[in-house]
Amino acid sequence: MRQIFFTRLWITALLLGLVWMWFSRAPQGSLTEGKIPAPQAGFLAPQVELSDLDGKITRLADLRGQVILLNIWATWCPPCRAEMPAIERVYEEYRQQGFNVLAVNSTAQDEAAQVAPFAAEYGLTFPVLLDESGLVTRSYQVKSLPTSFFIGRDGVIREVVIGGPMDEALLRSRVEALLKEKP
Amino acid sequence: MFPTLQIGPLALQTPGLMLLLGVWLGLDLMERALRQNGVNAEPFYNLVFIGITAGLLGARLSFAAQNAAIFAQSPLSLFALNPGLLDPFGGLALGMLAAVVYARRKGLQIWQTLDGLTPLLAVLAVAGALAAAAAGTFFGMETSLPWAVDLWGAKRHPTQFYALGMALLNLNILGWQKRRGGLQPGELFRLFVLLTAFGWLLVEGFRGDSALLPGGWRLGQVLAWLLLLAAGKIRNKE
Repeated sequence: MRQIFFTRLWITALLLGLVWMWFSRAPQGSLTEGKIPAPQAGFLAPQVELSDLDGKITRLADLRGQVILLNIWATWCPPCRAEMPAIERVYEEYRQQGFNVLAVNSTAQDEAAQVAPFAAEYGLTFPVLLDESGLVTRSYQVKSLPTSFFIGRDGVIREVVIGGPMDEALLRSRVEALLKEKP
Repeated sequence: MFPTLQIGPLALQTPGLMLLLGVWLGLDLMERALRQNGVNAEPFYNLVFIGITAGLLGARLSFAAQNAAIFAQSPLSLFALNPGLLDPFGGLALGMLAAVVYARRKGLQIWQTLDGLTPLLAVLAVAGALAAAAAGTFFGMETSLPWAVDLWGAKRHPTQFYALGMALLNLNILGWQKRRGGLQPGELFRLFVLLTAFGWLLVEGFRGDSALLPGGWRLGQVLAWLLLLAAGKIRNKE
């Protein structure tokens, strides 16, 4: 009796499943992924327009075509400090191939005067940007520092890494994979 | 969405925490169910421990093998705590292999073992849905329905909560069937697979990040339907 019940249940589930699959088809391009800005893998990276330590404005949109690591950090955050040398090494190794780093200091929750000495101490050669109003930290919905966004050449976020420190192998594997993608 | 839980200077990853909680509660439920049936839970605990340990090892080794040149530059990365350096397929393969070898050496019967593990798997499905809700992954399509959630720049189907509802419903159905008794070996596990596959098939239809096949068919639904087919086929063969 139970066997018959299960068989009927199974056949009904298969048939209903087929109907639902047909009904819930999504035409190619109908999903919002990759089209609207949001701080999540699969979405366009939200706008970044910030000054660096020399007062020069850097815009994420101007870097389209490059692979970007957007790292949001603060000087007082131990894992942020711990991962900076690895980020610098990876940047130096892959910058000629089209890799760039935007190190956004969450200045709204840090001390602006500490940032330049920090960059000098760690010998950072990539752009260090100051998020003095906290706008970028908020628009990227950063809940924990550091938070890193790997962004492809098309401006779409491929991966979000919350917390740290990121291992050098993790950085290299992601950057190499993204550099292999066609522009 | 709450990806981290800030406790003083410590930022705990909520999705990972949910999964750990799921393993703990699932093991507890598994033990209670086994005890009710007069079965010793120790081999099941060992099986899960060996499966998880081998799974983690396999996931790291598989990732390292696929990125051998990178790990040759920094061999200590093999021991890094970053979960991003894991290959889930390699982990699943070695974890399952180790569990099968252990089960065979201990003479565990396959269907009874799978039935014994079913409460753990059912609780893990609940924990997985909660982890997805915490991380904001597996998000839904845009909708104007009143219960839509504001996520990733749009009002969306709360697919993580649909999945949570399905997983809780499945847990209850499995508990009800177990209490009724009279189940043949393997029937509880197959019912779990059937319910989970059907739930996946339903929820996938609302997702906003499905991998699509030509014609707009959703890959996840096709896989879930094949799993559903397999669950019934295996049962009917016995």
